Amino acid sequence: MATYGANDLRVGVKIIINGDPYTVVESDFVKPGKGQAFTRARVRNLKSGRTIEQTFKSTETVEGADVEDRDMEYLYTDGENWTFMDSGTFEQLEAGATAMADAVKWLKGNEKCVVTLWNGVPLQVTTPNFAELKITQTDPGVRGDTATGGTKPATLETGAVVKVPLYMEEGEILKIDTRTGEYVSRVKA
Amino acid sequence: MNLAALHERASLNQQVRVFFAERKVLEVETPALSQAGNTDPFIDSFSVNTPHGLRYLHTSPEYPMKRLLVAGAGDIYQLCKVWRRDESGKRHNPEFTLLEWYRLGFTWQQLMHEVADLLHTLIPHLQKPPRFCSYREAFLESVQLDPHLATEAELSACAQAHGIAISGDMPVQAWRDLLLTHCVEPQFPTDQLTFLYHYPASQSALAKIQQVDGQAVAERFEVYLGALELGNGYQEQTDSAQNRLILVQDAHTRGHDIPVDERFLAALEHGLPECAGVALGIDRILLCRMQRDDLKQVIAFSWEVA
Repeated sequence: MATYGANDLRVGVKIIINGDPYTVVESDFVKPGKGQAFTRARVRNLKSGRTIEQTFKSTETVEGADVEDRDMEYLYTDGENWTFMDSGTFEQLEAGATAMADAVKWLKGNEKCVVTLWNGVPLQVTTPNFAELKITQTDPGVRGDTATGGTKPATLETGAVVKVPLYMEEGEILKIDTRTGEYVSRVKA
Repeated sequence: MNLAALHERASLNQQVRVFFAERKVLEVETPALSQAGNTDPFIDSFSVNTPHGLRYLHTSPEYPMKRLLVAGAGDIYQLCKVWRRDESGKRHNPEFTLLEWYRLGFTWQQLMHEVADLLHTLIPHLQKPPRFCSYREAFLESVQLDPHLATEAELSACAQAHGIAISGDMPVQAWRDLLLTHCVEPQFPTDQLTFLYHYPASQSALAKIQQVDGQAVAERFEVYLGALELGNGYQEQTDSAQNRLILVQDAHTRGHDIPVDERFLAALEHGLPECAGVALGIDRILLCRMQRDDLKQVIAFSWEVA
């Protein structure tokens, strides 16, 4: 497996720290004029999602993590596992709830996702940036109220609950930014 | 590419030249590509294959400028490009501009004031006066530990207590460097210069060493704006034997990968006049002047796109 020098720890590089895979989310070179140089990095644990700060001596080498991002299509879930298919090879993989995390809120079927694999096992699932989903339950709309900017909760067909403008009705389809979980717009049926 | 930065740099260079002309300090040039390199253990030179053998791009013009001082050049300054390998990040570019100057008969304290005068001219929005703080005081204030007396175990425990995650062993000075960069420097005010002085004697480089409160310390200072180091100054070591000792020791620490500058050492045997010298990073000063946070915003074409 590849190893990285402290100077190579650029954003996006995947490494092993204490046996867990991490991705570098921020890194900076610090060095007092006449002193020892360090790479000060913020790294995200790809299993837990937690971000920590880690400092590396400039002379240190770090083991690379065998992490791969694969474009896969979401097929179905049995409630415990979520099945994805590689549309090129038709190979199927199952991701558990930990790897799915918030992704479960935005998937109905057939979405093109990025599945992050570590040693071949799904670690993380990234859904498309936007999802179009139907409102299955929300309190009756307030007609004509398009100016106050007020919101109310709405339950979507996937079970996700998001805040929507007061005028939105059950059965309407809306566009959600899956990265923030925020309402973007109403989708004309 | 930032056109405003081009204009700011041009006017900054002009201000620098006016500042030194008014003070009768002579602008000089020395070679960028020399037969010997910098032996400092933590500064790496680029080497260049030439038809006349390996040469090194200077990491600062210190050695040849001191040769000029020995030759009787008087007060001198130089504004030049220098190169340091493997120094790359938001606040480092392997190729950068250095302003280095030497003042005969100055003490390092006088030089700190001159540095402050220049920086207040180049970065007008700063609060005055600057803050002056010894290495020991700065550590006591931010991590409650005397950097000269603390052991490796105490320094490492202190780093851990401050949430610094790092693996493996390091020598005492590396722990001090770690605490300095992670805990001490971030406490410096962001709108006022900080002068940090009296470094551990092991960090003297070519500065004189002095006993203070029973502790050998270097007559060396660094100037900061916030956590950003802008420059490094010395009461220059004039003893030629001491200079040789430092260079030879450093070359040994490095595993003799860089030849010691014998021309520099030979010049010093003729007597370096008593003086203080300092080098400032012009790109970083520009960063502060334009209130930006990444050198890419002030360098026309940074390392990645050069």
